[in-house]
Amino acid sequence: MELITSPVLWIVLTLSLGIPALFIVSVRYVVVRLAGRFGGSLPVAAPDASAIPLPRFASRAQAIRILLLAAVMGMGVGIILLKYVYGIGAISNLSDQFPWGVWIGIDVMSGIALAAGGFVIAGTVHIFGIKRFEPLIRPAILTAFLGYALEVAGLMADLGRPYNLWQPMVHWRPYSMMWVVGMCVASLLTIYIIQELLPAVLEKLSEFEVVADRLPIEMVYNLLKKTTIIVVFLSVVISMLHQSSLGSLWVLVPGKLSAIWYSLYLPLFFLISAVVAGLTMVIVESYLSSKAFDHGLEIDLMADLGKMAAIILSVYLVARGMDMTVKGVWPMVFEPTLQAATFWPEMILGVVAPIILFSVKSWRYNPKILFRGAVLALVFGIVLNRLNVSLFGILPYTGYVYTPSWMEIMVTISLHCFGVVAFVLAIKYLPIFPHEDEHGAH
Amino acid sequence: MSSDNNKTKLSRRAFLKNVGAGAAAMVAAHLAGEIQPASADTENGWGILIDLTRCVGCNSCALACKETNNMPDADIEPTKLSSKALTFVEPHEVTTISGDAKKRYVKRQCMHCLNASCASACPVGAMYKSDEGPIVYRAERCMGCRYCQLACPFAIPSFEWDNGITPVISKCWMCHDRLQEGLKPACVEACPTGTLRVGRRDELLAQAHAQIESNPGRYVDHIFGEFEVGGTSMLYLSDTPFEELGFLVDVPLTAPPEQTRKVTNTLPFALTGVMALMAGTAAYTNRTSEKTDKQEDKEQAEAPAATEDNENKNKV
Repeated sequence: MELITSPVLWIVLTLSLGIPALFIVSVRYVVVRLAGRFGGSLPVAAPDASAIPLPRFASRAQAIRILLLAAVMGMGVGIILLKYVYGIGAISNLSDQFPWGVWIGIDVMSGIALAAGGFVIAGTVHIFGIKRFEPLIRPAILTAFLGYALEVAGLMADLGRPYNLWQPMVHWRPYSMMWVVGMCVASLLTIYIIQELLPAVLEKLSEFEVVADRLPIEMVYNLLKKTTIIVVFLSVVISMLHQSSLGSLWVLVPGKLSAIWYSLYLPLFFLISAVVAGLTMVIVESYLSSKAFDHGLEIDLMADLGKMAAIILSVYLVARGMDMTVKGVWPMVFEPTLQAATFWPEMILGVVAPIILFSVKSWRYNPKILFRGAVLALVFGIVLNRLNVSLFGILPYTGYVYTPSWMEIMVTISLHCFGVVAFVLAIKYLPIFPHEDEHGAH
Repeated sequence: MSSDNNKTKLSRRAFLKNVGAGAAAMVAAHLAGEIQPASADTENGWGILIDLTRCVGCNSCALACKETNNMPDADIEPTKLSSKALTFVEPHEVTTISGDAKKRYVKRQCMHCLNASCASACPVGAMYKSDEGPIVYRAERCMGCRYCQLACPFAIPSFEWDNGITPVISKCWMCHDRLQEGLKPACVEACPTGTLRVGRRDELLAQAHAQIESNPGRYVDHIFGEFEVGGTSMLYLSDTPFEELGFLVDVPLTAPPEQTRKVTNTLPFALTGVMALMAGTAAYTNRTSEKTDKQEDKEQAEAPAATEDNENKNKV
């Protein structure tokens, strides 16, 4: 009875219904408006400017799917809101012994690695000048942007005092890897907004003469266009720093992280595996979107990505092997421990298997096999590796004090649903993925 | 088209110059030592020597700590570190090196490392090493990221898990305010048996070594905290091997921040190298691709270049 009259319950309920609904509607509105800007790619005529498009369901099954998705998103929001009332302890199994759980392991460590496609493809096209990958830049940048936005959203759940998120910009601590990570996220989000969003805003503004006459909009716009290469260059460098710094975070805990994974070269391993994550993530996204939207898959490009992934994975495998030999930790992975049990799938399924699948040419050109290889590399080579470093590798020191609570997992699932919704809406309405018929134009 | 190319070329050159200057400034600042690590080396700060042979487990220190730091339940003896207890006394049934079965009490609290992982970890300097030696926390900067908890080799800092809006990290701060006023930390003042002694760390170390030498057979010939994680301000003397008292005897002997320093010391050079390599590659590949572009342009004989750039330019 007391619960029902509590205003907290009603505020939380309202917000957890309202935020996902607002999110879906506003993302849909933004992409539909943006689609009008690009022109031609929209199946229907460009929408009129004032109407907020409401979702229309094609079938009952689709309606149920979307409502379920919205329910999951709402639960995540609700749980995060509860955290602000009752504390992180109330919704998670985190403790003083085990302060970082699945939110860090999956949302931050793995999520950012999966967002690496942005800098990998941008670097391939703009730095190495391999222009035929240009059609893949948009999906890759979109994934990167969503990945970073979700990391910040995830921090709203994980940080105890998120309103102090601006503090690193004022108090510089270049010797703290956490500071480096924070500054990288802040600058990358800024760069993506300047690079992708500001031109659209300026275009809109230049339509209003009152504003265009008084502000140097055209000059700023042209400046942005001319400095694209600088912005791309910066985003690639900062992304590389960011990926490696996520590994450097763990260099500080030599006594805590299991020697199987602890290494001074963790930053390098994180960077190399992030490149693989970027490549394989583009394969997976292209494959899934080609299935979902029934457009063709650019198998030549995809197979080339697979080949690059195989080469880089081989370098990674040799480097990891050498590192383990130098540390002398091979005996540890033959002991009957949880760490050995999570180490072998990481290396065999996540590194060796994709190398084999990507190396045989006929397999590489088979979309299904290519897709499976990419999924293996992502799930075992990247996500399991990040979990090994951030969770399983820490457990021997802390004792087995941590299993994630259902609410922690729910928050993680919910955050990823937000990302998927934004991604699906974007690729549905915007010319993100190259279509077969469009391909000739590029 | 050609004038466009010239412009991008110009901006690229200017850009490369900027990148070079930025990286050089970074390296120069680095070499000149302008950017200092979060914790200064304060070998000779305050420390506390804890002689475990004298402790009778009266808990006066833990209760005095609660009272001084305005903790709740100031009359209940704490049994573990938490956001409501910065120190507690841990009982152990042990065999001393002279072979007696005895009860020993270990006071636990922050070790105040000389080169502290938590201070080095903190991205905002909320956790920092004070000039007097103690590691102090200032909540107003804290983001609640809990990297200090992860970093601590002794797993000391506690987080307020039940506070929704303003959770803080709590840990012993060696009564930094009292030290500055010339007072002893509350626990030292409350100790009735002389287990706790406050002083300059090197003096305490000298006293401890003298005690070990002048009482042969009474103490284990080891001062916990002299070398552990690069040295701590809290020093323990014991008549029982430390591993039997639940001490983390296998912590690294070098300070963990030294490991991160190895990474951060390489970073400016690695970054400069990567940027130079990438800029070189970009300049080379773009020049070659411009050549092929021109050839294609000739072949296509003024076919309209349907690039996104041009489309957008037309709109503005």
